[in-house]
Amino acid sequence: MSAASRARASEIADGPGHLLAMSDLGRSEIEELLSLTDTMVEVNSRPIPKVPALRGRTMVSLFYEDSTRTRLSFETAARRLSADTMSFSVSASSVNKGESVRDTVETIEAMGIDAIVVRHKSSGVPEQIARWSSAAVINAGDGWHQHPTQALLDSYTIRSHLGSLEGRHIAIVGDIKHSRVARSNIEAFTTLGAEVTLVAPPTLLPPSLEPWPVKVSHDLDAVLPSLDVCYLLRMQQERMTEALVPTLREYSSQFGLTEKRADRMAPGALIMHPGPMNRGVEIAGAVADRPNAVMTEQVANGVAVRMAVLFMLLGSGRYPMRGFPTEDAATADDPGPERARPEDADPATITEPATITDPATITQPTRNTAKDPR
Amino acid sequence: MSNSNQRSVVSGPDIVLAGGTVVDATGERRLDVVISEVRIAAVGPGLDAEHRIDVGGCLVSPGLVDLHTHLRQPGKEEAETIESGSRAAALGGYTAVLAMPNTTPTTDCAAVVREVLELGRKGLVDVHSSGAITVDRAGERLAPMAEMAELGVRIFTDDGSGVQDDRLMRRALEYASGLGVTLAQHCETTSLSEGTCMHEGEWSSRLGLAGQPSEAEELMVMRDIALARLAGARMHFLHLSTAGSVAMVAAARAGGLPITAEAAPHHFTLTDECCAGYDATFKVHPPLRTAADVAAIKQGLASGAIDAIATDHAPHAPEEKERPFDQAPPGMLGLEYALALAFTELVDGGTGMTEADVLARLSWQPAAIAGMNDHGGPIVEGRPANLCVIDPSERWTVDGSGGASRSRNVPYVGRVVRGRVRHTICFGEPVVTDGEAQR
Repeated sequence: MSAASRARASEIADGPGHLLAMSDLGRSEIEELLSLTDTMVEVNSRPIPKVPALRGRTMVSLFYEDSTRTRLSFETAARRLSADTMSFSVSASSVNKGESVRDTVETIEAMGIDAIVVRHKSSGVPEQIARWSSAAVINAGDGWHQHPTQALLDSYTIRSHLGSLEGRHIAIVGDIKHSRVARSNIEAFTTLGAEVTLVAPPTLLPPSLEPWPVKVSHDLDAVLPSLDVCYLLRMQQERMTEALVPTLREYSSQFGLTEKRADRMAPGALIMHPGPMNRGVEIAGAVADRPNAVMTEQVANGVAVRMAVLFMLLGSGRYPMRGFPTEDAATADDPGPERARPEDADPATITEPATITDPATITQPTRNTAKDPR
Repeated sequence: MSNSNQRSVVSGPDIVLAGGTVVDATGERRLDVVISEVRIAAVGPGLDAEHRIDVGGCLVSPGLVDLHTHLRQPGKEEAETIESGSRAAALGGYTAVLAMPNTTPTTDCAAVVREVLELGRKGLVDVHSSGAITVDRAGERLAPMAEMAELGVRIFTDDGSGVQDDRLMRRALEYASGLGVTLAQHCETTSLSEGTCMHEGEWSSRLGLAGQPSEAEELMVMRDIALARLAGARMHFLHLSTAGSVAMVAAARAGGLPITAEAAPHHFTLTDECCAGYDATFKVHPPLRTAADVAAIKQGLASGAIDAIATDHAPHAPEEKERPFDQAPPGMLGLEYALALAFTELVDGGTGMTEADVLARLSWQPAAIAGMNDHGGPIVEGRPANLCVIDPSERWTVDGSGGASRSRNVPYVGRVVRGRVRHTICFGEPVVTDGEAQR
């Protein structure tokens, strides 16, 4: 663990909670988040899928790179927990007039917000924002670096089908080098006990695999039969111009999940993809429609996982999991020696405004002192 | 090109630096030094003068010489000016700096060289100008090197990038050899480095940042050694950063080629792991490399394969360095930290180097490479009084103020270092006294 991520981890334990990278979370924290996601799935199945858990809190989505599905997923998650949402549309804003990220963040923050959900094409921007902001920062995808809520929703989807990731064999196939989804998933899956094999031509692997406990194969056919999950990544047209693979057709013939290949997968093995898919490139159209291809479930679980993340960061207990709101707000504020368990925290039980933590107690002065002085 | 003859003569009282240890290329001895106007008037035991400065416990060295300073003027005055940069240099113990030509406009003709030298005359230290090898550093046509050489330019470089075209570089080396000037290369093969922002390896993989391999530098070092041999020309390698580069340069020198090289303080102090927090203060070209490369740079400095420590002082305004890591400009400050980092990392860092060895690489060896005859000692009667006085025992903690620079991109904040400049004397003028710049 680097000095920087150590510092970040202690920051999380002490005060301002952020979710910047999967390495911010240990195994027990991931498992607690997944358990809390169960609760959120239940909330989402109700006729009126809305609870007042985050009433009075405000989340802003700050997307420097278009991603309608991720932004809508976060905003839906926030609204189901009764948080207010603001959307900062970069294309129609001062960013086009040359405003710096820091100035934008400080301007938004001056409006009084509790969380910033950020997407940026440059790796590391969420981490920079976390240094400048007293709000909780949630990384919704930065460059090639991380996309932690994607990894959580993928882990949740696998867990819901296979019970656990422990000992499962998961292949991540495709353009791993340029993939934030791959980096987050490698960390999430291995932390949860899965065996991960990266399948790609050498040109699409990161230059060093030193950071991760993974195996590598350049032969999809060889690993297919032993897989519990075949996780496919989107193959982008621009990789051809960088001479990383000769043609999409050749890529598809070597690494695409064709029907013939899908037939060789073990019964019950899952096919996953973070979307949007290139049907006919990394996945055959008919394979994407098979019952063991769970892409739409991934999307549905995305809302629940993001509800869990928002609740953990903005709920009455400060991250990580120092007590969820219970029917008695006082005990939530003082969880005592033992950590509250997710079952105690069922947001479903929250129906009365009185159970919401007093906004006055929400203030976390430590956040302000944690900011970089300008 | 030394501008000493144009410098206004200081008519202060004679000064004696009393009780210190004089260090220069000829060795170390306990002697006093008397300075009268612009020259050293006497060196010997028990000397006296009107103004006595007690330098007991200190080293009295020829002023330091930086072969690689980005003063940013003309063009980027918000980041640095020749005045602010020369003040930082003086505080760092330097009496001469070589301004890099990647200004706006590029220092690629006599007119811009004249402007830099003119502004330099008001500086606290002796400001020399380099010149570009190619017009606008575009790598397409040779810049008018002869007209710049007539103004005293002795080092030509396209620093910021390397000359990519093999044939053009060959011709540049041949042409330069006829003028008796030296070409200095920023070794970076663009086709391997374009779009990258750090060293390629474990950390770039983890951080999801595009990295450049060591080979992007080494391929150009390899080519330039071959071309220097072909052209029979002198060649200086700027800021070497990889173990492979050091090995190639050492071998070429052993084979008798007239090659010199420098390394920057950050390349013997910091590694690519520093980029872990996405703080662009740590972004620099060539990038911070691995611990093995740091060890090789130290070893290269100790063995003599690398002649000089050069700062690559590269100021950038804070808002520029707060941009996303991949978009921020590369470069870091160095002038006020180089000496202390060298004492800390090299003398105390197990390389076997002494303080005198470090001063050789900070003063008289770079002065020789750049042909700066007024600098680099020796400390004897009649020589120009370009000196610095160093307290080698003082430990201090680097702060983030950026010192005298107009910028604050200091990658050493919080680091405890050893060795502090007490006084800097440039052509007899005490430009730094008791650690304070005098103007």
